[in-house]
Amino acid sequence: MSPAGVIEAAPGRRPGHVPPRRTGRAAALSAGLLAGLGVLVLLTLVGIAVGSRSVPLSTVVDALTAPDGSTDHTVIRELRVPRTLLGLGVGAALGLAGALMQSLTRNPLADPGLLGINYGAALGVTVALGLLGLSDPAVYVWFAFAGAALSAVLAYALGSAGRSGASPVRLALAGVALGMVFHAAASAILRMDVATFDRMRFWLTGSLAGPTPDIAVRLAPFLIAGLVLGLLLAGPLNALALGDDAGRSLGVGVGRTRVLTAVAVTLLCGAATAAAGPLWFVGLAVPHAVRTFTGPDQRWLLPYTVVLSPVVLLGSDILGRVIAAPGEVQVGIMCAVVGAPVFILLARRRRLAAL
Amino acid sequence: MRLYGSGLTLSYDQRVVATGLDVTIPDGSFTVIIGPNACGKSTTLRALARMLKPRAGAVHLDGSVITSLPSKEVARRLGLLPQSSIVPDGITVADLVSRGRYPHQRLMRQWSKQDEVAVATAMESTGVTDLADRCVDELSGGQRQRVWLAMALAQETPILLLDEPTTFLDIAHQIEVLDLCADLHEQGRTLVAVLHDLNQACRYATHLIVMRDGRIVAEGDPTEIVTAELVQEVFDLRCEIVEDPQSGTPMIVPEARRRTRAPA
Amino acid sequence: MTVLRLGPWSVRLSPRGIAVAAAMIVVGVAVSLVALSTGEFTVPIPDIVTSVFGQGTPAAELIVGRLRAPRVVTGLVVGAAFGLSGAILQSLTRNPLGSPDFLGFTAGASTGGILAVVSGGSAWQIAGGSLLGCVASALLVYGLAFRGGVQSYRLVLVGIGVGAVLVSVDWYLLTRANINDAASAGTWITGSLSGRGWDHAIPVACALLLLLPVCALISRPLRMMEMGDDAARAAGIGVEKVRAAAVVTGVLLCGVATAAAGPVIFVAMAAPQLARRLSRSPGVTMIASALMGAVLLVTADLAAQRLFAPVQLPVGIMTAAIGGTYLVFMLRKERR
Repeated sequence: MSPAGVIEAAPGRRPGHVPPRRTGRAAALSAGLLAGLGVLVLLTLVGIAVGSRSVPLSTVVDALTAPDGSTDHTVIRELRVPRTLLGLGVGAALGLAGALMQSLTRNPLADPGLLGINYGAALGVTVALGLLGLSDPAVYVWFAFAGAALSAVLAYALGSAGRSGASPVRLALAGVALGMVFHAAASAILRMDVATFDRMRFWLTGSLAGPTPDIAVRLAPFLIAGLVLGLLLAGPLNALALGDDAGRSLGVGVGRTRVLTAVAVTLLCGAATAAAGPLWFVGLAVPHAVRTFTGPDQRWLLPYTVVLSPVVLLGSDILGRVIAAPGEVQVGIMCAVVGAPVFILLARRRRLAAL
Repeated sequence: MRLYGSGLTLSYDQRVVATGLDVTIPDGSFTVIIGPNACGKSTTLRALARMLKPRAGAVHLDGSVITSLPSKEVARRLGLLPQSSIVPDGITVADLVSRGRYPHQRLMRQWSKQDEVAVATAMESTGVTDLADRCVDELSGGQRQRVWLAMALAQETPILLLDEPTTFLDIAHQIEVLDLCADLHEQGRTLVAVLHDLNQACRYATHLIVMRDGRIVAEGDPTEIVTAELVQEVFDLRCEIVEDPQSGTPMIVPEARRRTRAPA
Repeated sequence: MTVLRLGPWSVRLSPRGIAVAAAMIVVGVAVSLVALSTGEFTVPIPDIVTSVFGQGTPAAELIVGRLRAPRVVTGLVVGAAFGLSGAILQSLTRNPLGSPDFLGFTAGASTGGILAVVSGGSAWQIAGGSLLGCVASALLVYGLAFRGGVQSYRLVLVGIGVGAVLVSVDWYLLTRANINDAASAGTWITGSLSGRGWDHAIPVACALLLLLPVCALISRPLRMMEMGDDAARAAGIGVEKVRAAAVVTGVLLCGVATAAAGPVIFVAMAAPQLARRLSRSPGVTMIASALMGAVLLVTADLAAQRLFAPVQLPVGIMTAAIGGTYLVFMLRKERR
């Protein structure tokens, strides 16, 4: 129940305990971040190479640097590259959104999928596509933003209703319940038209195949805006982690930080969902894993999350394409299968009992 | 002795709290268990109340191993006021107190005349009769604790265990609850309580059990066992023992860092 | 509370609770009669009565006896089973949202059912598949949440996690299937009562009859457990045993109900809470929840059939709408 309990649930974070600043640690963390970036670049190339028709990495490099118009190069430039870029953007967005939400609500279970925010965004998209016939991603993404913002507010209000206030379990249940309502509404709308249902059912499961190939480009401005805004909030969120009063006494604008964080989360979740459908658990699993070696410092936690979340998402996507070749298992399913065990492990931890 | 534990090894998961612990509750006593944080006092109480199964050793009630008795049978002899209980939404005081009668009820004997009398008496002696129809949510902390106590009383057990009954209460309500406990003890019940405040323990206990690191350091009448050395040994606190001007029991006055206040 | 005493026996009853139960029975009967008599062909209510006793016109007997009555009865028993299941699990998790819908049980039933649908199974195989799926998911949730005993919050969280995986699996199956199978499985996972016959209603009715005594037995210990495990143990309750019995009962009820009608969401969540608010009792009550579930489901089914006629909506969409409304209502109520 108490905020202190929530803080305890994060490993290595003790109230009133400031980790000693050591240059060695900072150097190690910087090196780690670079290594993570390296892995990400490598995985990006692998993601482009692997598919129903796999090509050697050298061909990938050729296609990117000197395209010759061959089938391989066309497939790479027109299908694989957009898909992989989409994975990069969506992964980074969802991971960062999860980390920001966990920090803002001091709730270890906060995740854009679990709290129903992605389903809210998906409902927004479905309304735009299915009822209003809008098909430009840069237009319907605004419906996703509206849906995401609405469901975030509703989930938090529902989860903190009642005497005991917002506990992680209440919030999770409220989010799941809302998510089910949104999902039922979205499927009802989609089912009215078989053609739309057939096209969108992959998206509604969460897929990087993308409703249109250029979607990554169309949504890039929103994703980048959300990422930059989110990363800039690391400092103020660090101060707020000690409690609103402590944050205020450290000179942080508490209200402003909250609003900006909410804006960042809405941008990230809305754009990611518009692009790849409602995904679960990336935003939950990655920040928790990262926290085990960065500790609670948002200035390390957020960049690491931004780098490693796409690694997980792209990795899941590649795995989904490999195990079901020549078809694919949608990345949404892979994320649930990879992320849910992390969530269950978290739930089994005794510390949470104090919440 | 109706209630005692012998050779108890107590643990949560892998963390062992106590090994080979012998603890005896004198009949008709108001026993208070005290000790620094994490000394195992609540764990010991929970083991005595069969909330925690000892890894080795056994708790005995009236000559039988407590786990061998039917749980409902135990509940008619031994009651527990747990440290944290949940108030169901919208429950009234009377309803909550009457739930204490559970061990005396059957599917087809849900509300006998005895149940009614026991609940009325329990509410009377804790002074919550006037609150009977109020919602428990609306009550103050002190009132709420009295309601929980009334529920434990309605169970009508000769032995009553209380796990930190005064936490989260202000000083006036702490004294109120402890006075109530003293009354209950005078009516002939055996009481066992875990308390934090050493002075309150000395004042109310007829039998004091002092624990540290999962073992009993001293036990007996507080006036006989509480010394400055004991407090130093158990709490690592230098202090002076004076006589409580009100009750004549030992009172602990922690040593000041400066003997006298520096002149302003 | 009034007390009825007879010799050594005594029973506690709340007058308001009895009034609410009676009112729900009246509403349930009224809605059922409307559902039986109206539709494409109107059958007057006296004819319904005669055809139930085999004395009606052949047309009335066909429409009422073969088509409408099984559907209404299936709705009633499935609704009651969902209501009871929700009441038990909400009491267990001490949370109004702790219903089988969110704990992975309904999701497990869906997965089992969809597996049967996409592999072209018969109605019986679909029912069996969803019952199996429900039980298997419950075992999984309970097993994963077990750590020297099961605590309610852990049950909820593990249930959510398992549910998420299963929902993903459902969607995977739907996307892998050809579009026709996918569409029919899609209707099935929304939950529907259309085309239900006596062989759907009877197993649920039997399960209700068998499990009602268990519900009666565990209802009082469950009420004690709402005050926390320690308080219940102190009162002499074998907490783990009661919890296991409650989970088994809740899961079986949810499983047979889902087998008959598909995973109709939100009935199990809303029914116990609505019943509780109407009868103003602290905590959920079993009988009232079962009655409320039955009333909710037949009413929702009637609305799904008639509201947009001739378009027939699956009842699951109606109950989802009811669930959404209820969540908003809950929000307003608790915000005060």
